[in-house]
Amino acid sequence: MSSDVQGRALAVLNRVAQADWPDRLKLRKPFEKLIYTGSRASFRAAAQRAGKVAKLPRPVDPDALFDLSLSDEQQMLVEMLEAFACEVLRPLAHDADEQAALPAALLNQAHELGLTHYAVSEAQGGMAGERTTLSNALIAEALGKGDLSLAAALLVPLSAANCIRRWGNAAQQARWLPAFVGEEPAPVMAIAVNEPTPLFDPQKLATRARKRGKHYVLSGEKCLVLRGMDASQLIVAAHAADGPALFIVEAGAKGLQRSPQPAMGLKAGSTARVRLNGVKVPVEARLAAESFNYQSFLDYAGLAWCALAVGTAQAALDYVVPYCNERVAFGEPISHRQGVAFMVADIAVELDAMRLMVWRACSRAEQGLPFQREAYLARLLCSEKAMKIGTDAVQLLGGHGFTKEHPAERWYRDLRALAIMAGGLQL
Amino acid sequence: MNLETPKKLRGLVNQAHQVAENYFRPISRKYDKAEHAYPKELDLLAALLDGMNAGSPDAIGATSASKRGAAREQQEGIKNGGNLSALLGVMELCWGDVGLLLAMPRQGLGNAAIAAVANDEQLARFSGTWAAMAITEPGCGSDSAAIRTTAIKDGDHYVLNGEKIYVTSGERADSVVVWATLDKNLGRAAIKSFVVGHGTPGMTVTRLEKKLGIKASDTAAISFSDCRVPAANLLGNPEIDVQKGFAGVMETFDNTRPLVAGMAVGVAKASLDRTRELLKKVCKLDYRTPLLSVSHAEATLYRLEAEWEAARLLTMKAAWMADNKLPNSKEASIAKAKARRVANEVTLKCVELAGALGYGEDELLEKWARDSKILDIFEGTQQIQLLIVARRLLGKSSSELK
Repeated sequence: MSSDVQGRALAVLNRVAQADWPDRLKLRKPFEKLIYTGSRASFRAAAQRAGKVAKLPRPVDPDALFDLSLSDEQQMLVEMLEAFACEVLRPLAHDADEQAALPAALLNQAHELGLTHYAVSEAQGGMAGERTTLSNALIAEALGKGDLSLAAALLVPLSAANCIRRWGNAAQQARWLPAFVGEEPAPVMAIAVNEPTPLFDPQKLATRARKRGKHYVLSGEKCLVLRGMDASQLIVAAHAADGPALFIVEAGAKGLQRSPQPAMGLKAGSTARVRLNGVKVPVEARLAAESFNYQSFLDYAGLAWCALAVGTAQAALDYVVPYCNERVAFGEPISHRQGVAFMVADIAVELDAMRLMVWRACSRAEQGLPFQREAYLARLLCSEKAMKIGTDAVQLLGGHGFTKEHPAERWYRDLRALAIMAGGLQL
Repeated sequence: MNLETPKKLRGLVNQAHQVAENYFRPISRKYDKAEHAYPKELDLLAALLDGMNAGSPDAIGATSASKRGAAREQQEGIKNGGNLSALLGVMELCWGDVGLLLAMPRQGLGNAAIAAVANDEQLARFSGTWAAMAITEPGCGSDSAAIRTTAIKDGDHYVLNGEKIYVTSGERADSVVVWATLDKNLGRAAIKSFVVGHGTPGMTVTRLEKKLGIKASDTAAISFSDCRVPAANLLGNPEIDVQKGFAGVMETFDNTRPLVAGMAVGVAKASLDRTRELLKKVCKLDYRTPLLSVSHAEATLYRLEAEWEAARLLTMKAAWMADNKLPNSKEASIAKAKARRVANEVTLKCVELAGALGYGEDELLEKWARDSKILDIFEGTQQIQLLIVARRLLGKSSSELK
């Protein structure tokens, strides 16, 4: 067991060792350090597990103090990914948005980063421990600082892996997860929940899954499917006789039709419309973990979008501060005016509020505490405040903010998605 | 990371909640009606609290956050100490009644000031005193550097002249901590604080304010006319240090800032809890149905709860940073700005949600909506907090960003 884990970690290390971009971006040191500690943690976990048959979730520490600090590994992860976001994602963001496509080179770099390891458990060769929700949120937040739409697109494989690890049974995990941490790039499996109806409620899906012998037959329409066009499989949410369920569907299945559905933002994620017309899938395609919980699936998705928005809102704050200090009007920087300065202060206040709400929900989730309420309130707050921050960032830049010379208008379009997206991602 | 209330403080939270529910709530309306009458019930409670404060490092009340070095030796690593415990206690007590908390003997700002800046001799001498705090003047509020009250050295005494307003418990307290300037021309550095005992000749309470809310807490105007105060009652360093002079008196605010945010969180919680109770038949609050598909009233409750939760977490963050010796000036102001505007919004909206029930005096909702307004004004208004945050973010001085 431990040699397998070691092998996987070394394979990631090897890919990074061969790539040239970590040197170009001066990221090699922190990255190697991260891989090293990550694999070391995996070895430890593997050794601990050797004697146990069943894997028990880590019990909640009853004496835990209130503590906002990140672990050393989380700190390293954040530093490395923030650098990646600023040096790699941000410069690509404008063109990716214009062309509504993910740059091929970026996909390679993302593969080399090996982010999916944080979604695949040690048993399948990944590095995900029992407590990974917050680390996943930190990954999303850090990448979101670069560009929301690119970050969301890059998180699709990690999300699919999280989805299968959490909601799939042992056979499904064994079948699908190793590919997410293999030599080849992780498969693109898009998560399709949204449906084209106003006041969409993901608990009341119009897409149906009818059982016919050893198959389910899926019918309905999905929209705003992130990376729906280049996906090899789709994880489709559909209403079965016993409630909402998730199905892994081959993108080329008979009766499945895909078409591009460009939207206001999220353009790099090339959103798609998916029509399912009597698509037949084997019963084994239904994600069947004993602990399957559709509401939690939705909550993990909502938190992923929130975490991305926290990163993007931070980017907006970091962008407007120097702009307002440099932009001169009536003989002094506009930041000397309270009307401007208070708007900047409010961004900082609400941004920190968003972040704490997301962190709390994630920290409860990974401690095994109920987190539905916290996730709901975090989503509510983030949807409202992120949009306010997006619109204020454009406002602070004035006419310049309205043009594509600055990223503010893109953040404005992307952040609008927060209140709308159901599913798509998964922490 | 863990953002839950730690187990070691849950006992204290529960204790404070019991006081709030069984001691404050039953007399809440009584002293809202009887403005300027002293809530004599508080004496017993204060004595009890004094005992608890003396015996426990995790004490409730305003002064526990400023105990310097008094906290027990703690283990290495992350700490949940006096700031967080005081904050949690204050949140619960203000769920009961913020006016009564502010009226509590020996728990006010003046005692926090003494605890923060007094030397050891003064700490011993003023131990057990109930001290009010006098900063604001008719001509200066937020701009505390513009204080006009003077203190002129005369032998072993300082002679105070001036007028102070909005002194919480100014009449009831044993003494008042007064901010006065040694030299108007030297600005902030020359401002010092003096402990002036009641009965000192030249000190007169001239008026008690009639207010919108927190009526249980008296607010006095006090005039000083050739009032002679022993030189030993000057708190901190008597020298005028132009480099850091103002820092000494401002330390009081660093220690109390998260507490005021905590008061706001507590009042808002009271309104939210009661409104949810009143609306439970029409708002099921399953934390599941999309916001657009629930009733407007339910969506409003959700939104208020989210804002409240955010305010609570920001406030706990500021206190946690203080406990762990992390510089928290910006975060404390963020907490204060957010918690206090949220409290005002929540309490006002809850009156609206409960309709005629909420507006009438049969419920306490209307009282909490009146009480909450002061929380966004005293100890640095909303606008002052935003200025502090903005200056930090933008790297501006007070002369650039006015």
